Amino acid sequence: MHGAESKSASTWHAIVQRTLHANAVRLVTYVPDKVFTPLIKSLHADPDFITFATAREEEAVGILSGAWMGGMRGAVLMQTSGFGTIPNALASLVVPYQIPLAIFVSERGTLGEFNLGQAMAAKPLRPVLDCLGIETHTITRLDELEFIVDRSIKQAVATQAPVVFILSPLLTGGKVFEA
Amino acid sequence: MTRASQAASFDNAKVMNRFALTQRLVAKLRHEEAVVGGIGNTNFDLWSAGHRPQNFYMLGSMGLAIPIALGVAIAQPKRHIIALEGDGSLLMQLGCLTTIAALAQKNLTIVVMDNGLYQITGSQPTPAAGVADFVAIARGAGIAKSAWAADEEDFDRLVDAALADGGPTLIALRIDDKPGVGTTDRDPAQIRDRFMRGLGVRKAV
Repeated sequence: MHGAESKSASTWHAIVQRTLHANAVRLVTYVPDKVFTPLIKSLHADPDFITFATAREEEAVGILSGAWMGGMRGAVLMQTSGFGTIPNALASLVVPYQIPLAIFVSERGTLGEFNLGQAMAAKPLRPVLDCLGIETHTITRLDELEFIVDRSIKQAVATQAPVVFILSPLLTGGKVFEA
Repeated sequence: MTRASQAASFDNAKVMNRFALTQRLVAKLRHEEAVVGGIGNTNFDLWSAGHRPQNFYMLGSMGLAIPIALGVAIAQPKRHIIALEGDGSLLMQLGCLTTIAALAQKNLTIVVMDNGLYQITGSQPTPAAGVADFVAIARGAGIAKSAWAADEEDFDRLVDAALADGGPTLIALRIDDKPGVGTTDRDPAQIRDRFMRGLGVRKAV
């Protein structure tokens, strides 16, 4: 690694990007989120990734499922509230068709949330994932990030099953509200 | 003057049959083009037109046939991908048209089967029935190559142009209320695995 990259090599977003790259994930779609901004910018700047926004999280799930079947690995970035729009796509497409989709959720609704709507939208996140039996990791520590993401993407591909990474405000800093 | 030189509108487009049109489409595929069939009758008729290894049948996730086709198109830019989708399904995911327009995905054709009905759930009219024009919606979303097929021959010409010239293209078809003529095997893992082998992602056994 060189130049500016090396200075930021230990940030959470640099680690995520590096680990996706190392695991041949080429396609990253997202519905924007404030916390994900540095990762989204950096992915757009990297010609090794195809990165674009979709109108809705479900749509991203469809695109990445198609890409996987066409031979390209993908990941999707979304916010907690966005996750609330995809349980049907997970239950009727990703899980039964055995798609090893990597989902990164920027966690809102906890540790200083200021919007009641966000706080409530976060409540079903883990229960839904548990119901569907989807491998889920909440990541709070920078020193565990690469290991968890790297091993879990490999496991997802090997076992043909999706994986969800919930990136806690403890890891990313979250969205700060000045009360 | 032939109708090919004049774009059809919804009002003068002939009401055709989904299965007959699907058969016409499949008969034109010579280069292992992938076809993604949306939920319900769209994929039932795709199945009934004769299974091909490059066919994908979506059993749930209403509205995601076009996004799935886009994903395949991104992963395999040398292959042409066709999404077959119903009008009610497209209504669930209209935003995907803007994504496709923004990407200017050349190897993608969308075929919309419009009978104004949620046929499989009891033929209730969709909210779009009688008020919305899917070709106008697609053009407004940025997919310039969007057209109603005036009749079967016009559909043939539009498909030929989409395959030859690239897109993205949206072809809208007015169809009748005849049910699908068969039923897809409902085995998602098998459907996915066969599709991946048909696309050369996994080796045929």
